[in-house]
Amino acid sequence: MNVPAMRAIYSFEMARTRRTLLQSIVSPVISTSLYFVVFGAAIGSRIAEIDGISYGAFIVPGLIMLSLLTQSVSNASFGIYFPKFTGTIYELLSAPVSYLEIAASYVGAAATKSMILGLIILATAGLFVPIQVAHPLWMLLFLVLTAVTFSLFGFIIGIWADNFEKLQLVPLLIITPLTFLGGSFYSINMLPPIWQTITLFNPVVYLVSGFRWSFYNIADVSVGISLAMTLLFLAIFLAIVAWIFKTGYRLKT
Amino acid sequence: MPVSAMIAPMQTIISVSELSKTYPSGFQALKGINLDIRRGEIFALLGPNGAGKTTLIGIICGIVKASAGTVRVDGHDIIADYRAARSLIGLVPQELTTDAFESVWATVSFSRGLFGKRANPDYIEKILRDLSLWDKKDNKIITLSGGMKRRLLIAKALSHEPEILFLDEPTAGVDVNLRRDMWQLVRALKATGVTILLTTHYIDEAEEMADRIGVISKGEIILVEEKRELMRQLGKKQLTLHLQTPLERIPSTLGAYRLDLSSDGSELTYTYDAQGERSGIVALLKDLNEAAIVFKDLHTTQSSLEEIFVSLVKDAK
Repeated sequence: MNVPAMRAIYSFEMARTRRTLLQSIVSPVISTSLYFVVFGAAIGSRIAEIDGISYGAFIVPGLIMLSLLTQSVSNASFGIYFPKFTGTIYELLSAPVSYLEIAASYVGAAATKSMILGLIILATAGLFVPIQVAHPLWMLLFLVLTAVTFSLFGFIIGIWADNFEKLQLVPLLIITPLTFLGGSFYSINMLPPIWQTITLFNPVVYLVSGFRWSFYNIADVSVGISLAMTLLFLAIFLAIVAWIFKTGYRLKT
Repeated sequence: MPVSAMIAPMQTIISVSELSKTYPSGFQALKGINLDIRRGEIFALLGPNGAGKTTLIGIICGIVKASAGTVRVDGHDIIADYRAARSLIGLVPQELTTDAFESVWATVSFSRGLFGKRANPDYIEKILRDLSLWDKKDNKIITLSGGMKRRLLIAKALSHEPEILFLDEPTAGVDVNLRRDMWQLVRALKATGVTILLTTHYIDEAEEMADRIGVISKGEIILVEEKRELMRQLGKKQLTLHLQTPLERIPSTLGAYRLDLSSDGSELTYTYDAQGERSGIVALLKDLNEAAIVFKDLHTTQSSLEEIFVSLVKDAK
């Protein structure tokens, strides 16, 4: 295993975060704070408690998930797309590193960034609403699994994309709608029965539900199913990445 | 000791065998290439644009997938044993592709890590000093000139102490001084035992630096030869005589010689083989004397590699 190479890629990606601190960390924190101001304080005070939790506190796990998903995807997709765009990927392809090492380094760095961001948002949320974490270890587990899974997804998008538009397309057209409709801001029990069933096809429901359970012990679907679904997505994305590397898809001609 | 290391002195360090590449578009870039690069030599791969030079380098380095054939680098198959093969090679690509916002120091250190080497600031400093980049070490790459970026790419390629250096068109778009510096650098590297494979379409570059020259055209190696041998075999010499009085035509008594008369009749050019034991010049001068042809001056020229190259590629078409 080429450990120095993995360290080099990981550090390179983390250095990129430090260089772009404003867009990497500050802007998601500001936008999340705006959600709290609007939903937590302004509108939230007029919304009834959900399962005994104030609305402002209820949306915290969903908001963290929203950032975690979008940031994991965009960090990882940009991380691998940019060398393709500038041409510096020649160095990566000609280096004595395995594809597994490349993917692990990029995904690891992207997941690290989005997890740090998730924890910063959690801390920010603490300034606005009282927060309790019932199962801290489970909370961390869901955080790590989700960050890794969606960083893998981002990595796949970054390899697939051959222009900047495609890079933005998936987060904008898939991740954001699925997250908003995945129970980030409401309990799916609040939906009409038919929509409750349809919603179960939305993968984000399981992520948000499991994550919220780790905070408040309340869940839309059982935590076991949440975990199983998260692992399933991880397995699917791993399989796709393995296929990409086996075939050299969009990397080698 | 590996078997390859015991075979002296003309060891092969890169062995390309029956290598073919057809791109998805159907374009056949390489057609069954066989090529051996010897340890410690400077090998210049000459060819017109689109001949397959960059594809060949791309395959050896792992950037392009071969359609058929094998490549071994110091005995290591580039697919089965890619780690060992790739860690021996430093690649300087043709395009100036860099991370614009990285610092010089960071990007060179990154390359070293990527190739599995432990950090060694002293070595990186030495490379940057050798390449006159030391005072730019903290600068962002975007602030560097084109020539500096070229040197930076060389620094990146050398950062992991490779045994083989690939220079893909190293002096394309580079000014004369930098070109000289680059040649000097390459010679210095060769002196330390690094094998250098250089692609170029500047003939003088190959003529200046190479030990051996390969000519590639339309995906086929049409010639591999020692440079000196190539020059000797294919080199023609010409003796030009500036005549006192212009001639209307070449006298029939001189018909045995390969003579050409300039259109104004004032210059007579004799073409002869530089490798021949007898040039025939003495006999020619004697016969000229007998024919009462008087010349006021003379000079000889030797055909350059460029002329040889142009005629080779033309023949291949």
